[in-house]
Amino acid sequence: MMQVLTTISTLMLPLTIAFILIVGLVRGVSLYDAFITGAKKGFGTSITLMPQMIAMLAAITLFRVSGALTIGITWLKPIADRLHFPLELLPLAILRPISGSASLALLTDLFKQHGPDSLLGRMGSVMQGSTDTTLYVLAIYFGSIGITKGRYALRVGLLSDAVSVIASIIVVNWLFTK
Amino acid sequence: MLNGIWTFLILVSIIVSIATHHADRITQGIFQGAKDGVLFSFGLISIIAFWLGIMEIAQQAGVIAMLSKILSPLVRWLYPSVPRDHPAMGFLIANMSANLLGLGNAATPLGISAMRHLQMLASEKDKATDAMCTLLALNTASLTLIPTTVIGLRITFQSRAPSDIVLPSALATLIATVAAVFFDRYFRAHERHKVRR
Repeated sequence: MMQVLTTISTLMLPLTIAFILIVGLVRGVSLYDAFITGAKKGFGTSITLMPQMIAMLAAITLFRVSGALTIGITWLKPIADRLHFPLELLPLAILRPISGSASLALLTDLFKQHGPDSLLGRMGSVMQGSTDTTLYVLAIYFGSIGITKGRYALRVGLLSDAVSVIASIIVVNWLFTK
Repeated sequence: MLNGIWTFLILVSIIVSIATHHADRITQGIFQGAKDGVLFSFGLISIIAFWLGIMEIAQQAGVIAMLSKILSPLVRWLYPSVPRDHPAMGFLIANMSANLLGLGNAATPLGISAMRHLQMLASEKDKATDAMCTLLALNTASLTLIPTTVIGLRITFQSRAPSDIVLPSALATLIATVAAVFFDRYFRAHERHKVRR
């Protein structure tokens, strides 16, 4: 079972790429040129992320090396324990709906501390990958057309973020621990 | 909000490190963190550029159009208040396809176009309609098949299996999306109920 699931995970990306290339080939798309056109857009996306990553990683690294994180974690420990929540993931869970780059920076820090293949690293990966930044989406989508009465949209967004956090922990636990 | 969090993190760090006589850690921390920020943003260029290259092929080959066709019955079910052949429908479908393929940056302008068209259907221009709330719910939960950025970051950290989180992510995002649709409908029904009373 486990083996099958891992295989599906590993095959999904290559199969998607193969499928796209084959359809492109059959339909006579000039594959290489199209690829180059698309890849050019990747630079802008990554580079515009850089100032936020510098700002947040500097702040998060400071928070960790200064010992402030240890103090904060001691305070939060009783709550996390009561909820059976992995303490190290609490900051990520809290920041995920607020800022995508901040939570990406936190994930980077988590990888640095525990490694990407640790249980925590995997849970963090799934947390980051399985949802979008609720407050940002709300601000952009409603802001762009001047909606001021958002009704229950924020509540729905935050509740589904909570579901995604819990689902991330349960699913990774289920798939990666024996 | 981010303003507050960012300033809080830095100020508290400085106060704690001075109080514990480790002020030297501040300089180290700033340098290390900023350097990591540059390194990892650079590291992400590789996978993001590659993925966007593949997606451009998908676009030109009509794979995204194929996906849209598959998704359209589902999208129609999700937005009962939007007429079938209204231009908003096309953007709603395209937005979902882009999210599925992990094209967050392409999904946003499509979603905003959908919003603009949905606003034409609205009677009150500053109040979110049912369809707008559903669009928001789906985009905040963001159903994604392949989380490219996270895979990219895992590769940067020399993960032995950078893509083994694909299936768990798909599962978690599916659960969150179903929950989002449920909450959206639940709160709407709740609101109607209150108005009627």
